[in-house]
Amino acid sequence: MDFKGSDTIPGPRTEDHLPHTAETAVKIVIVGGFGVGKTTMVGSVSEIRPLTTEETMTQAGIGVDDNYGSESKTATTVAMDFGRISISDKLVLYLFGTPGQERFWFLWNGLFEGALGAVVLVDTRRLEVSFDVMGRLEERGVPFVVAVNTFPDAPRYAVEELRTALDLTPEIPIVECDVRRRASSRDVLMTLVRFLHSIALSRALT
Amino acid sequence: MTPPRRKRREPKPPPPPRPPAPQQTDGEPPPRNPERLYTVAGSEDGARAELDLVTLIVARDVPQPAASPEQAAVLRLSASPLSVAELSAYLNLPFSVMTVLITEMITAELVQVRSPIARQAVPDRSILEAVMHGLQRL
Ligand SMILES: Nc1nc2c(ncn2[C@@H]2O[C@H](COP(=O)(O)OP(=O)(O)OP(=O)(O)O)[C@@H](O)[C@H]2O)c(=O)[nH]1
Ligand SMILES: [Mg+2]
Repeated sequence: MDFKGSDTIPGPRTEDHLPHTAETAVKIVIVGGFGVGKTTMVGSVSEIRPLTTEETMTQAGIGVDDNYGSESKTATTVAMDFGRISISDKLVLYLFGTPGQERFWFLWNGLFEGALGAVVLVDTRRLEVSFDVMGRLEERGVPFVVAVNTFPDAPRYAVEELRTALDLTPEIPIVECDVRRRASSRDVLMTLVRFLHSIALSRALT
Repeated sequence: MTPPRRKRREPKPPPPPRPPAPQQTDGEPPPRNPERLYTVAGSEDGARAELDLVTLIVARDVPQPAASPEQAAVLRLSASPLSVAELSAYLNLPFSVMTVLITEMITAELVQVRSPIARQAVPDRSILEAVMHGLQRL
């Protein structure tokens, strides 16, 4: 651990402080395969400079390093970057960009627990790298939308073609985006939240 | 060109409760006064597990001379509300270590939890509406 004492810790910049009225925080998880644009998306919509939180895991991958302080098996550090959007004086939204490999998820104690929902970022050059992640979300019952990050040399598919390929039910939104653009990333989040709202409404009616 | 094809999966029953969070030292007594945290999810498996990445932490007071450097740093950073994830990032401490430290500070009444997030299966509609409006203004 490289803790050096409180004076050397760079804290939030003045403008990155939350107001004292902030009382509720919610989170959305952005998942996707390697290099699909997760970090870029977090960075383009976040009001703070994106931050990174880390976790260590032993090579065996069981437990969150349950032998701190003793000499341990080779530990691997897994990083997750995140950003923040102030919704109102009281409500804050956090966005976490996390690798698709499910073996990392347990590290973030309850990452998906209490999450509003997830954005699955896909790259049509390597669609299959997102298959497992979608399956895991389905198994966990985490609602998600699919955002196609359009790289210039990537094959273009019609939305319905993608829906068939990804075997997604008709109500799951599929949108194209360019995560480098703030407005585009924002629109993906809006699509997710509208979708979540429609789910909440229909549950309330049944 | 046709894209590769996936097969949809069905929801599974929830997994068994996650393994207990790492113990910092063995033989340490459980937190003395954890009832505030137990209100979060009604779980009995220890206060630490209830600290979410986005739980907002606020200092109750300025750092006292007796505070450890880590505690002083947390108190300084959380003079205004800050999430556990942000504290972990700024202090460069792994998330699990951060939750241990903060749990101790909650027990010692140095900091308080601002937002025990509600872990409902379906999020509250009014929260979703607020988020929609907030994003629209972005
Ligand atoms: N052309 C184009 N390039 C993009 C787009 N989004 C991201 N990139 C680039 O793709 C690369 C990978 O993006 P990242 O945001 O780092 O992807 P990531 O998912 O965080 O990657 P890992 O964390 O390594 O898995 C970067 O060089 C980005 O600049 C996009 O929409 N269009
Ligand atoms: Mg990244």
